[in-house]
Amino acid sequence: MSIRSDASKPLVLDIRDVSKAFGGTQALKSVNFQLRHGEIHALAGENGAGKSTLMNIIDGIHQPDGGEIRINGSRVTVPSPAEAQELGVGFVHQEIALCPDVSVAENIFMAKTNTMKDWFMDYRALYKKATEVFARLSPLDPEMLVGGMSISNQQLVEIAKALTLDCQILVLDEPTAALTEKEAQVLFNIMHDLKDQGMSIIYISHRMAEIFEHCDRVTVFRDGAHVLTDDVSNLTQQDIINSMVGRVIDRLYPNKQADCEKTDDVILQVHGLSERTRFRDISFDLRRREILGFAGLIGAGRSEIIKAICGLEGDGVSGNVMLNGQIFEAPDYTRAVEQGVVYLSEDRKGEGVFLALPISQNISALKLEQVCNGWGLVDKPREARQARAFGDRLNLKRGHITHPVSSLSGGNQQKVALAKMLSVNPKVIFLDEPTRGVDVGAKSEIHCILRDLAREGVGILVISSELPELIGLCDRVLVIREGHLGGEVSGDDLTEENIMHLASIPTETDAMRNKNLQMAMCPP
Amino acid sequence: METMSVETGLVEEEYRMKRPTGPIDHLKSILKARETGLILIIMVLFIVMSFASPHFLTWANMRVMFMAFAIEGIVVVGMTVLLISGGIDLSVGSVVTLSMVLAGWLFLSGMDPWLASLCAIAACAGIGALMGFWVTRIGLHHFIVSLAVMVIARGVSLLITEGRPLGLFTLPAEFKFIGQGALGPSIFGFEDSWSVPVVIVFFLFVVALFDFLMRRSAMFRKVFYTGSNEKAAAYSGIRTKKVIFLSTVFCSAMCGVAGILNMARFASAPPYFGLGMELNIIAAAVIGGASLNGGSGTVFGAILGAVLLSTVASSLSLLDVSVYWQGIISGSILLFAVSADHYLHKKRL
Repeated sequence: MSIRSDASKPLVLDIRDVSKAFGGTQALKSVNFQLRHGEIHALAGENGAGKSTLMNIIDGIHQPDGGEIRINGSRVTVPSPAEAQELGVGFVHQEIALCPDVSVAENIFMAKTNTMKDWFMDYRALYKKATEVFARLSPLDPEMLVGGMSISNQQLVEIAKALTLDCQILVLDEPTAALTEKEAQVLFNIMHDLKDQGMSIIYISHRMAEIFEHCDRVTVFRDGAHVLTDDVSNLTQQDIINSMVGRVIDRLYPNKQADCEKTDDVILQVHGLSERTRFRDISFDLRRREILGFAGLIGAGRSEIIKAICGLEGDGVSGNVMLNGQIFEAPDYTRAVEQGVVYLSEDRKGEGVFLALPISQNISALKLEQVCNGWGLVDKPREARQARAFGDRLNLKRGHITHPVSSLSGGNQQKVALAKMLSVNPKVIFLDEPTRGVDVGAKSEIHCILRDLAREGVGILVISSELPELIGLCDRVLVIREGHLGGEVSGDDLTEENIMHLASIPTETDAMRNKNLQMAMCPP
Repeated sequence: METMSVETGLVEEEYRMKRPTGPIDHLKSILKARETGLILIIMVLFIVMSFASPHFLTWANMRVMFMAFAIEGIVVVGMTVLLISGGIDLSVGSVVTLSMVLAGWLFLSGMDPWLASLCAIAACAGIGALMGFWVTRIGLHHFIVSLAVMVIARGVSLLITEGRPLGLFTLPAEFKFIGQGALGPSIFGFEDSWSVPVVIVFFLFVVALFDFLMRRSAMFRKVFYTGSNEKAAAYSGIRTKKVIFLSTVFCSAMCGVAGILNMARFASAPPYFGLGMELNIIAAAVIGGASLNGGSGTVFGAILGAVLLSTVASSLSLLDVSVYWQGIISGSILLFAVSADHYLHKKRL
């Protein structure tokens, strides 16, 4: 649909042999990347492939160990994000980095205050300019405080912020992860407009459909190395996936549940679970020997539902939860753990592990009593044995068990977090983004571990924003849309298109429900 | 190119896995520990001072020096636990004083001194509970809550005493013994010349007990988890608010105990005692390796920090350094000790 890029067009950005190491890990191994004038160039690769590292180098957050960066043919160094801005590089980061207590307009023009010569803020001009920007994007009130906005609107503010920078290179890092199909379409239209105006766009996404529909060329990274760059029209989806993974796709995920393993035996039954503001009327069964997936846009309420079940958070939660036929109640997480229900947080560094503490102390944290003697003293040899046993079981590549968890790679840190869950012999494990930031090898290992656990009769529920993971790993996927159950897909219906459709297209009744939900959220 | 770097990665990984953990590594980890560095500094200071002043390395001076910080040292134990949990307490000086004043006042109003002491310690624990409530339930920061309590507790002490020290010379001898008495032999008729004061014995016992418990007990391990990463601790089923609450109560209760020992030692309860004490105590704990961000520190290290600070103070007095200079020097030592450690730590990671 779009005009394919032309090799004769000049290079706006030329990255040659750039390398970067963090401690012992080589994040980038002399990679090359070329961005032509007026093209949309997709950058694909698994988590940990080095995409973000390269983008952070372009943005001046990290400095390369070697290689050179050329912008418009002249060699540049980018010591800080402010310099990147001056060089005409605009960024929309995956993580939303806005000031919640400040208005939309002030957020958008935050970068401008650096170069401002006036002594006072001219708010009227600011709001006017913001309104102009949003006229193209989506009607948002520039005087509203960012903190009170939905995730998808916050994402739009991020995009607006980048659009005001008059940049010639725009980097979009998974901008659609929090957007509905409709909002995403608006974004794509703007992307094509900008391209026609001569802007060059680097587009990072996991969604194959978006790459094929909207990008001209694609570059694939794997394990910190450049694997492939080609026109999208010369490639198939399978080509890209195979080069991302580096081997044949069927081996990436363990075998699914066999027909003979199917059972109606329910481990966890959730009925009519509601919270005051964030979700309504959630009912589902988690069956024995299956892996159940939770899909949905960021901010749809997936994690909130699970956290409410575990007693981790929630305001006015109602509904019934049955664990193995008995009423399950967890006023706090300590009680949930005692009953064998554990939750692996999506934020590994913030909530999953104690980075500064030893591996062994991390694994024992969930139930210290298990490694204590009768006097309430920690039996260190027993704690060490526990850590070694779980380390071996999960194939943890580690130094000594007294080394801090921060000495491990992301994948191995995640295994420590998983070992902590397993140390209490759980009946149900909820995993929130279990392979985020995990390298391909460890990812596949974690998937196999989950499948084995499911076979052993442990209830497994996986929340993931990575659709290929949900499709490859899960037997059944529930789609959460704006705080309620949008639908269920399984078997042959388990496709990216079906999930995306259920995750973002509201039906008429949904619209009603949303309205009610919004009323409940912000009473007039 | 690519395969080569992958291989080196593997070798490195294996090297890390097969790293020997024999006696040499033990020695290395002992040498790396912050406590070793502090002991070395203190030893050097002792040697230099023993040449610089003939009065320094005498039993009498040592006893005075130890006495001076033994009571503070008990508060240091409480503060260390609280710092590790991620909190801080600026009210310790005022609460120590309140404990003295309260117990003294109750005694003067006719209460048995032991019972009065228990009441005072309980009241201090109550103050801790109040602060813990404010921090965990109302959601204010330790810093601001304890700052308010610092002023309030001082005010209460002044109110009770009407600004004058309470004279407690009528305290029974067996009660004064815990503050003034000594254990051990008296040689050559010099009364308790070689004996160890009860306060020091008690202090050493408290330090040994809580150092052991901090290293080994499951209860105190939860303090480390909470301070290291409160969210991760909550996501590990630890009731973090309870841990923070109890750490706050513990610190204030230790202040209560220190106050009683002080009262017994001086047989008096001055309402102006312990001004600026909180800063000394926090400095000691931080020099000894406690992090203001929580999650790390040891009781032993904190006590070594206190020893260092009080050795410096004692040395400066013996060398006839002006009082006005002493604050400048102590403050600089704090700054340099902590920066040196910060620098070494960064290098290590």
